[in-house]
This record gives sequence, C-alpha cells and structure tokens, in this order.
Amino acid sequence: MSIVENFDLYAPRLADKEEYFSAGHRACQGCGEALAIRLMCKALGKNTVIINATGCMEVISSLYPTTAWRLPWIHVAFPNSASVGSGVEAGLKVLRRKGKISDRDVKAVSIGGDGGTVDIGIQALSGAMERGHDLLYVCFDNEAYMNTGMQRSGATPFGASTSTDPVGSVSFGKKAWKKNVAEIMVAHNVPYVATACHSYPIDFMNKVKKARKIKGPSYIHCLSVCPTGWRMDSSLTIKVGRLALETGIFPLYEVENGKYRITVDMPELLRPVEDYLKLQGRFRHLRPDKIEEIQARVNLEHKKLMNKVEQLQSWNDLG
Amino acid sequence: MTKRAGMEIAFAAAEAVALCKPDVVAAYPITPNTHIPEHLSDIVADGRIDADFICVESEHSALSACCGASAAGARTFTATSSQGLLFMAEVMPIVSAMRLPVVMAIGNRALSGPINIWNDHSDIMSQRDTGWISVFASNGQEVVDMVIQAFKIAEHRDVLLPFNVNLDGFQLTHVVEPMLFPDQEEVDKFLPEYKPYATVHPDRVVSMGTLGMPEIFTEAMKAKDMALINSKKAILEVWREWEEQFGRRYGPIEAYRTEEANVLLLTVGSMGETAEVAVDELRKRKMPAGLLKLKLWRPFPSEELRKAVKGAKVLAVMDRAVSCGGSAGPVCAEVKSALYGEPDRPAIVNYIIGLGGRDVIAEDFIQIVEKAAKAEKEKPKEAYEIYGVRGS
Amino acid sequence: MANKKWPETWQEVNLGCMVFSPGNASEYHTGSWRDRRPVYDNSKCIKCGICYIFCPEGCISQDADGYFVADLDYCKGCGICAHECWPGAITMLEEG
Repeated sequence: MSIVENFDLYAPRLADKEEYFSAGHRACQGCGEALAIRLMCKALGKNTVIINATGCMEVISSLYPTTAWRLPWIHVAFPNSASVGSGVEAGLKVLRRKGKISDRDVKAVSIGGDGGTVDIGIQALSGAMERGHDLLYVCFDNEAYMNTGMQRSGATPFGASTSTDPVGSVSFGKKAWKKNVAEIMVAHNVPYVATACHSYPIDFMNKVKKARKIKGPSYIHCLSVCPTGWRMDSSLTIKVGRLALETGIFPLYEVENGKYRITVDMPELLRPVEDYLKLQGRFRHLRPDKIEEIQARVNLEHKKLMNKVEQLQSWNDLG
Repeated sequence: MTKRAGMEIAFAAAEAVALCKPDVVAAYPITPNTHIPEHLSDIVADGRIDADFICVESEHSALSACCGASAAGARTFTATSSQGLLFMAEVMPIVSAMRLPVVMAIGNRALSGPINIWNDHSDIMSQRDTGWISVFASNGQEVVDMVIQAFKIAEHRDVLLPFNVNLDGFQLTHVVEPMLFPDQEEVDKFLPEYKPYATVHPDRVVSMGTLGMPEIFTEAMKAKDMALINSKKAILEVWREWEEQFGRRYGPIEAYRTEEANVLLLTVGSMGETAEVAVDELRKRKMPAGLLKLKLWRPFPSEELRKAVKGAKVLAVMDRAVSCGGSAGPVCAEVKSALYGEPDRPAIVNYIIGLGGRDVIAEDFIQIVEKAAKAEKEKPKEAYEIYGVRGS
Repeated sequence: MANKKWPETWQEVNLGCMVFSPGNASEYHTGSWRDRRPVYDNSKCIKCGICYIFCPEGCISQDADGYFVADLDYCKGCGICAHECWPGAITMLEEG
C-alpha cells in the first residue's frame, strides 16, 4: 500500500517529529485533551507563545519546578486566557515595532478548556475577538469542568450526568442543549472559525496551521474525549471522537469569512446517536424516550448546519 | 526644562505616564479615575507616544492584559477605582506572585453598598495583602512624581513587583492644580528602559504561572513577602535619586510641625493637606499639635513610624475606611501593630472620617485633636469612632 | 534544577515560580501508573505511524528499522495504540 493511495493512514509520519509537550505530564491515561495539545503544538511550531487558562491541561503540565511545555507558556487565572493573550499579543507587537525584541514572527495562542472558554471565560474571549487581536484561541472541550471533578458546564451535552447536574430520581442530567461557541465566534466576524477533534489528527493540525496564518483573530473548538469524566474505557478515546462525527453529534467544519465547509465527510446515513451514547457512563441512565429526543435534536442541528453549508456565501462575495 | 502647568490632576497623571513611554496600556473606565485612561488614549491617538491602548471589556481583563503584556516584556499601565479594583482582585495577588512590574493608578472611591462614586479608601484597603507596593499621594505634584517613580521602583532588578499609586477620587482626580512637569529628557535620564528578568518569547523558553504544591507554597509566599519588605531599600534609593535630580523630597512618613507635639494626627492621602491647615491654626492657639502624613503604605514603614511618634502623648489615626466588625480601622490596626512592642508609645485613638466622599474640613481636625488630647488621661470608650455620624 | 535539592528553600525558589527548563516534566516517569503495557508484533506492523500520532503521552517513537515502540518509562497503558492499530500488531498485556 503506497503512501499516496492511503494518505490519511500514512500522513502521521509526515507530522512534525518535534514533541513540544513532553511526556511525564500528569494527565489521566487515554486523555484526549493531552493528545490534542500535543498535536496542536506540532502544527504551531516553536514560534509560538501559549497562554493557558486554569484547567486540566494547565494543572497536569506545570507542577513547579517542572513543566511539560517546550514552548513559552504563561498561565494567570481561570477566566482570562483570552485577555492575557490580548496583552501578550499587544506586548509582542509593540516591542517588535519598537525594535526592542528580535524581529521574529511569534504567534500568541490562547488555550482553555470548555470551562475557561464557554462559561467563565466567555467575556474575555468575546472582548478579544471583537477587538481583533492577532490571536488564535483554541478551546479544548471535554464537556464539563473535568479538572475539579466533572461539574456541569455550558458545553456539557443534553442528558449528560455531571457532578453538579447529576441524574437522580427527579432529574435526567443536563436539561439544556450544548452551547455552540463556534457560532458565537462567527457572529463576532472572526475570519476563521473551525471545529476539530483529536480523532482526526491531520484535519486538526491543518486547521491549526491555517488559523496560525490568519493575521487577526481565529478560533478552533476541539472536542476532547475524556475517558475519566465520560466514564469509559481509556482505549476508546479515538473511537468515541470518531463516533461523535459519524453520528452527526460533533461535525467537523470550518467557517472562512462566513463560508461554511464540512472538512471531514460524515456518512450519508448518520449512525444512530445511541452508538455514541452507549459507550459512555455519563449517558448510561438515558431512557429510550430521551435518546429519541437527542436523536431528533441532533438531526435538526445537522440540518441547520447543512443549510448553512449549502446556502451561505463568503462575506467577501457578498460585499 | 521642567515646565509648570495647571490641569486636572487625573490628566496630569496621564501626562506623567506618557513621559514614562509605556508600551501597552489596558484600561476600563470607572468614575472617578476615568480621565486618566481617557487622556492617555488621547495621547496615544495623537501619536505622542508609541503604545497600544487596549480598550478592554472589563477591569479583570484590564489587569490580565497588563499581566500578559508585562510578561511579554512590555512596560504596562492601568487605572481603576472601587468596584473595578474588586473585579480585578482575582489577578492582584497573581501579578505580584509572578513578579511583573505593572503600574496602576487608583482613584480611590468607596466600595459599593450603597453605590457611591465619591472618595474613600475602602477600595485600596481591601487589597492590602496582595503584595503590591502601595503609595498615597496627597496633592497633584505628588501624583506626577509618584507615577514616574513607580515605574523605576517596580522595574528595579531587586524589586520586580507591581506598584499602585493612590489618589483620592474627585478630591484629587478632578481638582485642577498647578504642577511641575519634568520634560522628556529629564525623565529619560531618571528612568532607564525596562529590562525584563524573563519574558514569554521563544528566544528563551520559560513557563510562567506554574502550580505550587503545598510543599513549596510557603516558600514561594515567603519569597514574595521578603521581596516586598526588601523593596523599601530600593524605594528609598529611588526617592533619594529623585530629590537629587528634581529637588523634591519623599519619605515614607512626612512630618509637619511635629516639634514637641503632644498630639499627633496621622493622615493618609489628600486629607493631609487639610490637616496641615488645622495644625497651623492649633499652633496659633498654642496647642502643641503635629501631623504625620503617611505616604508609603506597603511595605509598611514600621521603623519610621516608631521614630516619628517618639515623645508624643497621643496619636490620632485617621482612617477613611471601616473594617466592619473589626477592632480598628485598617490604618490604625497597622499602626497599633507596629507600635505594640514599644515601651513608650503614645495613646492611640482612631477616627473614621470622610466616608463615601463626605467632606472633611480643617475645623473637623481641630475638634478631633481637642477630643484626642483627652485620651492622654482617659481611655476612649470605643476602639474607633466614626466621626460626625448623625445619630448617637 | 540541577543544583537545587527538592524541596527548595525560599531563597532557592525561582523568581515568580518560573520554570526555565522546558520539558523537564519528563524527569517524572509516569510509566509506574500503568496496569497493562503494549506488546508489538512487528510481523504485522505496516509502519503507518497511527500509534505514534494517537499516543497522548507522545512516548511512541520509531526505532532504527522503522518499527514503532513505546517508551515504557512513560506509557500509562491506556490502550489507545492497541485499539487503533488496524493490522492488530499491538496487544495490551497485563502487568505483573
């Protein structure tokens, strides 16, 4: 089998060999987020500054006196990855302009979990994107505040049981649908918005590379499977990420200047959501009627997205 | 050439910041310090300085952005008051722990409850323990001087701590005064370019803001505490240099007519100027009263305080904030702590004045001194008195 | 880090708790965490690199012959490599 015939299979060997996120970090076994970070850094390269919100990745990678980061890295607090990132971007820009630092093209990349992005961090993210900083923001979404014990977040999916919105005799878990931050970013006129998942590593790395080239704000929302919090076997991390796409629950697309494009094809006939839900303990309690409700909503969201893909034109063509 | 100009003190603060050539300013407006970032944004928009003015969407983001910019190696500045300071409170101890020399001007304003936009010190008093160097200006000239000194002290290689300059909201921020402004050449001579200790840049890879387990947290806090305590040396050194170059003297505590004083007033901020008028009047009436104006709040100048109160029978400490349910106002608690071990210390009385912008006039200080004088013989009934409150 | 013994004195703590040794987390061997480890059957391996790209630790690398092998100092035994290896060249073996 040649490389050309089966590109996706052999492409991993073409990725940057450098490991910017060293082994020895304290993430759980099978952590999808740690894998996603590792892949993102390969796509970014060494001319990058990482600004990290408080969360799983910050805690497991930076226990003083050690660090897993082989890139310049700063962590300040929970809600401010985007605002610290704005400051880093502005600082580097001004200092380079004044000739006080080397004339090196350094990209500021703010990262945060769904907690630090979707909920407590949304204000800073919105402000940074509105102001148009040359900043890439990557949200690593494991669908709950995993670091502190699986508490519910705005990104937790409908029906999931979390430690602050648990299943009980009068509750089925989260009653609201997952907050769609990618859409919020498109509404901020961010020129490049994408969804990604570590289970499609080449797609993810290509998106990071593309976003890095943008001279302005860009946003990537990366689904990060968490075997610990989602209550599943650690070996299924990649498979569950794939199922999220194959069931239409988490489609992979990019929005360039308002033009929607699916980047990884979903099967023509989407797999039933049950295939995805049944592998995870956080959904184990769901009865058939709830699963039907989820299926109906996923179908609707899929149609909404496909409608955008087919109908919406690039802002450049409309102007 | 130093020039003399009359303007609103908030504008003067902005002019002083501009003379220091900041790289990044990130600020959010809040009465009464708004004129400081507003005037700075005018200066940036006119190209008088080459800086980035980030109109952040909240005070939390203002201090966070300054943190990020300072970590990148930029000279940074922000300004806030009251609720804004509380909103950035989460980041306050982090900036000092990360040893980033951010400079902030605080237009002191009462903390809400009820909402009140006028002057008192409850905002800065809530941030006492956060590890910032903190000074109080009592007039416009001090604001100008202290802002320029702030950058030099904060960025000093032996200090590397954030610095806040406090100026009373409205009482100072909105008052027009004549002030002496050094010119750019003079400031460039005084204030060298910022040379950061470490930055987030691929030229030298560093991780900043790491996690401190229980095994190391105590040591990290001790290191920060010692940095603040030891910063006094650099502060005094910079003040000496300032006096040499500009002829104006600064010290942690400024004494006014304290010779053979029986009763000493201790003030913080602009109320000190009013107290001077009262002391002059009292001296005219042959009352041996004197005044101590506290300029350096953190690191607290215990040594200088002990020296300054020697010989006085009564020390009347003025607070412009209430420590609800506490045993004294914030400044008085600090003063009592510092003097506790002294064998011959004055009797200490505590008056809380000027809350929420209530006016304090010279006559008030005269009354306070006359009341306080009794404390030499008779211990006051309450630990602290909210002066002038209606109702018994 | 080389000259200082852990735990450090307050004078030894790096300024602002910064860490100047990029990637020195690798001094901590997470391999002690696992309860199963990957075993390679190179006769089935097609050298595609899928195991390498999907390892959250980044501890899988190519040897001189181009086959992939996990660094057991860091392997946490999650089993992703074994699950994703489509020719089935990797199996997870229980430790101890």
